Amino acid sequence: MAFRFRQKFKRSSAVWTAAALLAISACSGGEESETAAISEDAVKVGILQSLTGTMAISEITVKNATELAIEQINDNGGVLGREIVAVVEDGASEPATFAQKAQKLIEDEEVATVFGGWTSASRKAMLPVFERTQNLLWYPVQFEGNECSPNIMYSGAQPNQQILPALGWAEEEGYESYFLVGSDYVFPRTANLILKKHLEDRGLELAGEAYVPLGGTDFSGVISRIRSADPDIIFNTLNGDSNVAFFKQMQAAGMPPSELPVMSFSIGEQEAQAMGTELVEGSYATWNYFQSMPDEANQSFVGAYQEAYGEDAAITDPMVHGYLNVYAWKAAVEKAGSFDPAEVREAARDLGGIPTPMGEVNFAPNGSLVQTAYVGKLGSDGQFEIVSDSGTPIDPQPYDPLAFPDQSCEV
Amino acid sequence: MDAALLLNQLFNGISVASIYLLAALGLALSFGLMRVINMAHGEMLMLGGYLAYLTLIWVPGAPGILLAIPVAFVGAAAMGALIQLSLIRRLMNRPLDTLLATWGVSLILQQAARDIFGAIGVEVRAPDWLNDSLQFGAVVIPSARLFIILVTILVLGALALLIRRTRIGLTVRAVNQDRMMAGATGIDAGRVDLVVFALGTGIAGLAGVVLALLGPVTPSVGQSYIVPAFLVVIMGGLGSVLGTTVAALLLGLFSALAQTVVDVSAAQMLLLLFVIIFIQVRPQGVISIRSRALDE
Repeated sequence: MAFRFRQKFKRSSAVWTAAALLAISACSGGEESETAAISEDAVKVGILQSLTGTMAISEITVKNATELAIEQINDNGGVLGREIVAVVEDGASEPATFAQKAQKLIEDEEVATVFGGWTSASRKAMLPVFERTQNLLWYPVQFEGNECSPNIMYSGAQPNQQILPALGWAEEEGYESYFLVGSDYVFPRTANLILKKHLEDRGLELAGEAYVPLGGTDFSGVISRIRSADPDIIFNTLNGDSNVAFFKQMQAAGMPPSELPVMSFSIGEQEAQAMGTELVEGSYATWNYFQSMPDEANQSFVGAYQEAYGEDAAITDPMVHGYLNVYAWKAAVEKAGSFDPAEVREAARDLGGIPTPMGEVNFAPNGSLVQTAYVGKLGSDGQFEIVSDSGTPIDPQPYDPLAFPDQSCEV
Repeated sequence: MDAALLLNQLFNGISVASIYLLAALGLALSFGLMRVINMAHGEMLMLGGYLAYLTLIWVPGAPGILLAIPVAFVGAAAMGALIQLSLIRRLMNRPLDTLLATWGVSLILQQAARDIFGAIGVEVRAPDWLNDSLQFGAVVIPSARLFIILVTILVLGALALLIRRTRIGLTVRAVNQDRMMAGATGIDAGRVDLVVFALGTGIAGLAGVVLALLGPVTPSVGQSYIVPAFLVVIMGGLGSVLGTTVAALLLGLFSALAQTVVDVSAAQMLLLLFVIIFIQVRPQGVISIRSRALDE
């Protein structure tokens, strides 16, 4: 173990040295950045996702969707008459690498904006870089809220656009007793904190709460606790491989999703198909987008993606957010008539609706997306059948009024 | 706390202990004999899991999972023999270098699995008779876990027979007690090392198959079991099969019972604390083999 520690220590000191060098070079050449990044006929943007490591499986597809949008925009004349040139960097599933690469993109490549990030840890690591350089990050994934930076456009769902609509649906369906299972890190902990406040507020019962370390595969204790708590439904915020172990052991214990309903917040089409649909069939998920949405805009997006990346490719909610982020940025640039991140941000918050595969959406003044929530039930073909929706688009609430009453988002 | 939960957790503790034991036996054997810490041991579990996956593609259903056990045993043992011959034998008496070299092997094997099978796990589907559960009053016992306990008992029995009753076992015990003296009586200690190391990795491969019944097979699956396996080996007393078994039971039951009161993460922390306190009180482990060698 000592060796691993030393290795990490060395790496981080190398990062600091690199950061210091970058900072020095940035100070000397800061003035020209505007001109170098944007030439007569091209504008550089960054794409920063994990292309290697544990998160690669999810993030590569978001990168693909982002590139698809850029390609489509370029085919239709680009932005303000310029071709978009994407600089792709690998965050390597390491928050420190995300911060380092964000700095590289902004200060070396002098990109106009960056699309990327997935885990909350990666976002939190990049945040100071974007605030210091006054650049703009377009973040595509649902998250736990409780954060509101002027230098990030949050297009993934806030808790009140995913978790709370799911609770609303479950309450309407008559489920009264809830068991919360999650991986032990910031998203499940915060999501469940909010859920508990709302359970209490609505007079519903919290049957139990259990956390497993990220990547953990032993659910014997958790399942015993679920059995003795005997809940009506499980709200599942497990991430990654743990889901396979959880559903497998629940099934072996005689509690498959058909017996005890499960509502998951990190299982999309791609994850369900990779896990084997037999295992998760009949479980529920809440997202702002499902591949099965019938609209024409979605059909043509799915068609274009599958033509480019394989006809069996599954499309998920974060991919669509990665895709629509590019279009939102384009619309904001055109409205502002400038690539300057501050002006683009102002324009993006006051943009009106932009057409996307999930219908027309717009950014709220707090920098998050106004969007509809859908509850889907997983079928044997790996697609979700939409069983309920929030009806109208929901205004994003970065700070839940019950869980974080004293905080508000002032941008 | 209700009695049903407690009974369920007692069973789970034994089940977890049997998994720890299968993962730790190979480590205990090779450490006891060669004083070699094999950091790539977890990857033998992974290899076993992927071999089970491949076997089930070839022979689906119930015979497949039974066939996968010998296939994974032989495959992982062969890989272990390769590592022993190409690396560990050449780094004899250099424990730190062995540690680093086997860690390197572990990284290479993980990346190879990632390149061949993809970063996301593959699924080994248990046949239906392993997907059931038996109910005794309030205690529910999943068949897969019962199966794992049975496999562990069989492996332990076979290993005990091998070590106590066969000629190979005799030479293993001899080398374990005093390498130089055993060598002087004509035992080829190098060959004994090879056999024991391959046997240990083979058991790990077998453990990989039964683990695949409970969770996904991923390139990093071995990493989740290597730490508990090391704990079991440390607590068991070096190289003793009986000590390893007792330590696995202690740790499995402790972790399962801790989980009735706290979360899995906190239970892991308590488990580490428990081991630290235990080896403060009994540094030699549950059972220590007193050898007559002068260097101990």
